[in-house]
Amino acid sequence: MAQSAEHVLDHLELFRGPEYQQMLANKKAFENCRDSAEVERVREWTKTPEYREKNFSREALTINPAKACQPLGAVFASVGFERTLPFVHGSQGCVAYYRSHLSRHFKEPSSCVSSSMTEDAAVFGGLNNMIDGLANSYNMYKPGMIAVSTTCMAEVIGDDLNAFIKTSKEKGSVPADFDVPFAHTPAFVGSHITGYDNALKGILEHFWDGKAGTVPKLERKPNDKINFIGGFDGYTVGNLREIKRIFELMGIEYTVLADNSEVFDTPTDGEFRMYDGGTTLEDAANAVHAKATISMQQWCTEKTLPFIAEHGHEVVAFNHPVGVSATDDFLVALSRISGKDIPEELARERGRLVDAMADSSAHIHGKKFAIYGDPDLCYGLAAFLLELGAEPTHVLSTNGNKAWEKKTKALLAGSTFGQNCHVYPGRDLWHMRSLLFTEPVDFLIGNTYGKYLERDTGTPLIRIGFPVFDRHHHHRSPVWGYQGAMNVLVKILDKIFDELDKKASLVGRTDYSFDIIR
Amino acid sequence: MSLATTQSIPEIRARNKELIEEVLKVYPEKTAKRRAKHLNVHETGKSDCGVKSNLKSIPGVMTIRGCAYAGSKGVVWGPIKDMVHISHGPVGCGQYSWGSRRNYYVGTTGIDTFVTLQFTSDFQEKDIVFGGDKKLNKLIDEVQELFPLNNGITIQSECPIGLIGDDIEAVSRAKSKEYDGKTIVPVRCEGFRGVSQSLGHHIANDAVRDWIFDKNGPDSKPKFEPTAYDVAIIGDYNIGGDAWSSRILLEEMGLRVIAQWSGDGSLAELEATPKAKLNILHCYRSMNYISRHMEEKFGIPWCEYNFFGPSKIEESLRKIASYFDDRIREGAERVIEKYQPLVNAVIAKYQPRLQGKTVMLFVGGLRPRHVIGAYEDLGMEVIGTGYEFGHNDDYQRTAQHYVKDSTLIYDDVNGYEFERFVEKLKPDLVGSGIKEKYVFQKMGVPFRQMHSWDYSGPYHGYDGFAVFARDMDMAVNSPIWRKLKAPWKDVSKPRLLAAE
Repeated sequence: MAQSAEHVLDHLELFRGPEYQQMLANKKAFENCRDSAEVERVREWTKTPEYREKNFSREALTINPAKACQPLGAVFASVGFERTLPFVHGSQGCVAYYRSHLSRHFKEPSSCVSSSMTEDAAVFGGLNNMIDGLANSYNMYKPGMIAVSTTCMAEVIGDDLNAFIKTSKEKGSVPADFDVPFAHTPAFVGSHITGYDNALKGILEHFWDGKAGTVPKLERKPNDKINFIGGFDGYTVGNLREIKRIFELMGIEYTVLADNSEVFDTPTDGEFRMYDGGTTLEDAANAVHAKATISMQQWCTEKTLPFIAEHGHEVVAFNHPVGVSATDDFLVALSRISGKDIPEELARERGRLVDAMADSSAHIHGKKFAIYGDPDLCYGLAAFLLELGAEPTHVLSTNGNKAWEKKTKALLAGSTFGQNCHVYPGRDLWHMRSLLFTEPVDFLIGNTYGKYLERDTGTPLIRIGFPVFDRHHHHRSPVWGYQGAMNVLVKILDKIFDELDKKASLVGRTDYSFDIIR
Repeated sequence: MSLATTQSIPEIRARNKELIEEVLKVYPEKTAKRRAKHLNVHETGKSDCGVKSNLKSIPGVMTIRGCAYAGSKGVVWGPIKDMVHISHGPVGCGQYSWGSRRNYYVGTTGIDTFVTLQFTSDFQEKDIVFGGDKKLNKLIDEVQELFPLNNGITIQSECPIGLIGDDIEAVSRAKSKEYDGKTIVPVRCEGFRGVSQSLGHHIANDAVRDWIFDKNGPDSKPKFEPTAYDVAIIGDYNIGGDAWSSRILLEEMGLRVIAQWSGDGSLAELEATPKAKLNILHCYRSMNYISRHMEEKFGIPWCEYNFFGPSKIEESLRKIASYFDDRIREGAERVIEKYQPLVNAVIAKYQPRLQGKTVMLFVGGLRPRHVIGAYEDLGMEVIGTGYEFGHNDDYQRTAQHYVKDSTLIYDDVNGYEFERFVEKLKPDLVGSGIKEKYVFQKMGVPFRQMHSWDYSGPYHGYDGFAVFARDMDMAVNSPIWRKLKAPWKDVSKPRLLAAE
């Protein structure tokens, strides 16, 4: 017996003991196991070009997709408004999933309610669930706003949110003038980034276009403010704070739309803050008067930006800007729009980033990378790798579309280092597995799920993306701005050096390269 | 000293009743009436805990419950390791349940084992409009081509499948025929069915009955030489290796485990189960249905057991042994004796740190009752408990075997109620899930996730008890809880001003 009170063994070590190993070996007799040679043969076969071809010709099956569904994005955007409770109209299990998913990534509470639709709602529609649900959540959670979105169930049966909310208000679920913006977010269209877009547009539409016909539309009175939208971003806590710092350094008046950086990072001090921070409802409404709106993620705001543009002010979209040029472009745009100079402090930060890249580029130059994740993130990371002299080789986005493919290809075509790179929209991580076997790279960049690819293919994983469940607190550090790029650079370098050390660590055999100074 | 030891039972009862009244005040009248049925204070001698259960959750509250899909794919079917489980419908359900339950297994993932892969038909709008059966047909062909060593396939329906009327049963039959009788199991576990994940467990059990047992027939020959000591572990999902730290005890007492459901389980084990001499059932809620079925149809008795904490383990080993001859009964005594020194050492080390500490629980399955004994073995006291998706028979078992007089009981508790209860009763530890974890930690209450063991485990069996004790100690006695208040804000510690 290996277990002892003095040195408690958990799952990591306990089952390695001989008694458990024997037990597991005995169990195999009942498992109808495949012959180990056969398993090995198939395993080798899955690494081949032949398997890759079969894998890439599948049309119906998706395996390990790098995307989630719309309502998650809607919840993510909704909590970015002051005292806002996301209310998901549909069956309740979904909400349990969104809350768990966000909590696992941010290590934070995630508050969201459901209208708990069941079979009867499937037959008769979910109106009563909406009426009761709004009344209950309004009374219990004392929100300042309830932002409604849907699940696939409510969409399939065709529940009409606009009419339902109107009826609920008539029935007194919430006061007539209480803000209940809404968005239809079917899970079978797009992905979580689509849901973010729809929910944000729904909320702006509510405030700007007359609160679902209950008040006159706002009349735009242009001012000098700039609106800022982060998009669905696993680094929202660190990134939004960094961007606010930049705005403040530049002396620009700004409004972050859907500022969820506080609610996903509340202090532990004896109090649970269900709502914290967020764009005030007043600011959300007044955002219509802004001079311009900047989105950090084009494909997260495909509908929101044109909607904003229709209201008469300039809109500018970036693609998850990481690195020197991407941050330059962002700051130059900020300066142009605001008429403010870029302060010396930011120029010095830029210089420090360039300095760091120059110091380390020898270790990154020519290294091959595979990247997967949301379309904007993939684009931003690819652009930074090109700056570093690295060679992005596979860029894969399950929720990337044709337009993304075209734009990313153009980016790669514009650099010597992007010549051998392929772009894969609509593909999943099982496709990536074939790519890593048949056209190996040095490093993989992506979310937590990449650890299976790392194990199968031996490609070291650098965790950047959403979700990151198995490492803690990455979301607190920005990846945008010069300082954010510095964080990304260090993360990449750490992995490169770890790999160098790993390869040079066999005592008496490979440790001649086990260097102290690099 | 805990609240419970400073007050008398009638005082605690009165306080808890008052607390329930207070919580109900926030609701609109109709909702208060409905919720009142789910909250109560246990009275000794009553046959159950006095709460209604397994009823619809109230719209608009933060219920902790999941759905039928979560019960079937997430709990029962997902851990069967050599089958490919297709999340049939939009991408989300499969994505959110991907790898999140820690059903440990041994196998070559992606080749002959598929637990930590996410297979989905990733429904698009056109699939909703035109139906997904055609896509499902093609998808099964693709699974066969890319994963030739899979031993079977299940189709786990998400919400839209039932709503648009897809005939996944017909697809399963046709495809099974096409692939030489391959086991392909359709499971109607759409998320809107029932009131929680509980119905999903039942539906999943029925699918085993209809598509595996019935397919093989009652007279099918076992693939091994049967013995008088063959048992099956039912309802252990091998979270963090729980089923392994349980199985080892059964084998040490002389039994032979021919199947494990469903953690680290395989199709062959499901098929073998009707040949067992006894089904031993850990998670009653999720798998009593199939155990009852096997009793009726194959005459296999089943007995419940509880492998949390030495008192219950000892009781359970003797109970299981009572179904067998002296050899096994002696085996049980031998196992109890063998592990006694470990038990003594664990209790000697951890009980002094945990004695008198109070616990509030809210979990699913069997844990709201089963873990109470393990806490008591460490000198701790459970002052409140409730089930996410329990039924009346769960509350009966709880009342008759586990909870003490005046324990606060909350069925399908929502975020609001749970927070108020904890605020008021100030337990030393809360055991619940990921959605609750950070809420209570922010409040400064030590917390352990009692679904996933907070990524630790195993907690079952004697080896697991040591891990359980260590983890509870690390939660309750973490130095971080003394750092909640900034010193300049801590009014309980007045500081001398320089002028004084």
